[in-house]
Amino acid sequence: MGMKAWRGLAGLVCLVAGLAGPVMAGISITDDRGAKVSLPQAPQRIVSLLPSLTESVCALGACARLVATDRWSNWPESVKRLPKLGGLDDANIELIVTQRPDLVLLAPSSRLATRLRSLGLTVAELDAKDLSEVQRMLGKVAVLIGQPQAAAQRWQVMQAEIRDAQALVPAQVRGQRVYFEVSSTPYAAGESSFIGQLLQTLGARNVVPAALGPFPKLNPEFVVKAEPDLIMIAAGEVPDLVARPGWARMKAIKAGQVCALQTADYDVLSRPGPRLGQAATVLARCLARRDVPVPATAKGQP
Amino acid sequence: MSARQRTSVGLLVLLTLLVLLTWVGLGMGSAGWQSPWQVQTDGALRQIVWDIRAPRTLGAFLVGALLGLGGAVAQGLFRNPLAEPYLLGSSSGAGLCMGLMLTLGLPWAVSTGMWGRLGLTGAAFVGAVGGVSLTLMLARGAAHTMRLLLAGVVVGVVLGALTQLMMLWSAEAWRAMQTFMLGNTAMLGWPACALMATVLCLALPVALTLSRVLDALSLGEDTARTLGIPLGLTRGVLVGVLALSTAAAVAQAGLVAFVGLVAPHLVRPWAGARHASMLWSASLMGGVLLVAADVLARSLLAPQELPVGVLTAVMGGTYLLVLLHRRAA
Repeated sequence: MGMKAWRGLAGLVCLVAGLAGPVMAGISITDDRGAKVSLPQAPQRIVSLLPSLTESVCALGACARLVATDRWSNWPESVKRLPKLGGLDDANIELIVTQRPDLVLLAPSSRLATRLRSLGLTVAELDAKDLSEVQRMLGKVAVLIGQPQAAAQRWQVMQAEIRDAQALVPAQVRGQRVYFEVSSTPYAAGESSFIGQLLQTLGARNVVPAALGPFPKLNPEFVVKAEPDLIMIAAGEVPDLVARPGWARMKAIKAGQVCALQTADYDVLSRPGPRLGQAATVLARCLARRDVPVPATAKGQP
Repeated sequence: MSARQRTSVGLLVLLTLLVLLTWVGLGMGSAGWQSPWQVQTDGALRQIVWDIRAPRTLGAFLVGALLGLGGAVAQGLFRNPLAEPYLLGSSSGAGLCMGLMLTLGLPWAVSTGMWGRLGLTGAAFVGAVGGVSLTLMLARGAAHTMRLLLAGVVVGVVLGALTQLMMLWSAEAWRAMQTFMLGNTAMLGWPACALMATVLCLALPVALTLSRVLDALSLGEDTARTLGIPLGLTRGVLVGVLALSTAAAVAQAGLVAFVGLVAPHLVRPWAGARHASMLWSASLMGGVLLVAADVLARSLLAPQELPVGVLTAVMGGTYLLVLLHRRAA
C-alpha cells in the first residue's frame, strides 16, 4: 500500500472517529416524568408538540431538523411552514407516525406520550414553570439534540437580555405592586412562576404571593381587594375591565395603570422557553410606560 | 316475513355495514383514502394500518358494542325506553372515579399500559356501580319511570360537578381530562382492545343467559316473580353487567354519549320482543354506530380530528328529536 493510500486511510479513520465520537457515547436524559430517553445518535427528524419546546429546539440551533409541530407553535417564522399535527390532547397520531420522527418532544401528563411510545417512537416529556426549570429544560433539550454546549450559551444570552431589561426600568417605578392576569377566569401569574420571577428581577412586586402556587385560580374579590398599582393583561380584555364587578373603583383602573399586552408579546410571556429575555423586555416596557390607555368610559365611572 | 326472518335480515344488513365500515376505517387516514390492500407493498403504511387504524377501528366497535349492550340491558331491566348508562348515573360515576385517580396523580393512572388500563377500568367500575346504585336509591327502585330518570339526571349533574371541581384543583389533569370527557377513540391501541374484548366476552354471555329474566320482567315484576325468578339476585347481576360494560368503555374512550340509548331503539323494530336477539342486535348496532362515528370523526375535518363523543352527541340528539316528533305526530 502506498503512502498516499495510508494517508487516505488515516484520514478516513479520523473522519469516522470524529463522526462516531458523539454517536458512540449515545444520548440519554431523564425526562420530567422520570422516564429515561435514549437516542443512538443526534435526532434528525424532530417533532415538537409544545410551542416552548419548538422555540427551544430552534434557539439551540436545530430548527432545520424539526419536521412538524403542534398547531400553536409559531416562532421562529420558519416553523409556520411546517406541517401542523394538532394540539397536545387532540394530536393526530397517524400524522405523527407518518412524519417518521426519531424524537418527539411534548409536555408531561399527556396520554399521547404513552400511546406514541407503544408505537415505537422515542418520546421526551419536558416542561417548565419557573426560571430554574427553564434552564434545566434547555439543558435537556440541548443534550437531546446533540448540542449540549448550546444551552449554556443561550442561557448567557438570556441573562444578558434580562440585565438589559432591568436597565429599562426607571428607579421611580420600582417596587410597584403588579397583577399579571393569565386568563380572565381569573388565573394569575404568582410570585413563583417564571413571569413572577422576571417581575421580581425587574424590581416589581407581585400581588399574588408565592404561597398560592405559580398560576393560581383566584377569587375575583382577591384582585379588587389587593389594589395593585399596575395591571398587566391581554389587550383583548382591556375594553371590558371596567365592566368587571368592583373594578371600576380600583385605583389602577381609575389612574389608567393598565398595560395591554398584544398577542405576540403575550406569546412570548406565556412560553417558558428561550425567549424569556424578550419576555423580560416586554415586562420592563410595561413597567416603564403604559402603552394603551384605558377607554374613556372608565374615567367617567364613579 | 316472519319475526325470525326479519331479525336475520337485520343482522345480515348490520354485518355487511360493519364489514364495509371496517374497510373504510382501515383505509381512511390523515392523507385521505388509501386502499388497505397497499399494506402488502408499503411498509410504512403497514404500521399505520396495523398499529393505529386497526386497533382504533376495532376499539371503536368494542366501545360501541359495550355501550349498546349496556343500554339494552338497562332498558330491559328498568322497563324504561329512556334508560341508558348515561342517564342512570353510571357513566358520570365512572368519570368521577377516573377523575379522582387522575387528580391524585397516581403515576400509572395516566399510563396506557395494561396495568394502568386495569386500574382505570377498576376505578371506573366502582364508580359506575356507585352511580347506578345512588340513582336507584334516590328513585326508590326502578318502578317509576319519571322518578328514575329525574334521579339519574340529579346524580349525573352532581357527580359531574364533583368531577369538574376535582379537575379545577389539578390544572394538569384538567387539560387531559377535558378531551377525555368528550369521548375519544383516537388513542385506542391493542391493549385497550384486548381489555374491552375480554369484558364483552364476559358480559354478553351473562346477559344472554339472563335474557329470559328480562323477557319475564317486561311482563311486570309480579309476573316475573310468579315465574319463580329470584329477582333480587338476577337484578344485581344485570346491574353488574351494565356497570362493567359501561366502565370498560368509559375507561378506554371517555364519555361517549347517546350510543347506549340509541342503539336499542334502532334495532327494536326488527329484533323482536325477545331480549336474546335484542341484546345481540343492540351490541352489534352500537358497534356499527361508533365505527361510523369514528370514521366521520377523523375525516370530516381531516387532518384535524373531532372528538368522537361530539359526533355521537349530535347524531344521537338528532335521532331523539326525530323520534320525539314522530311520536307526537
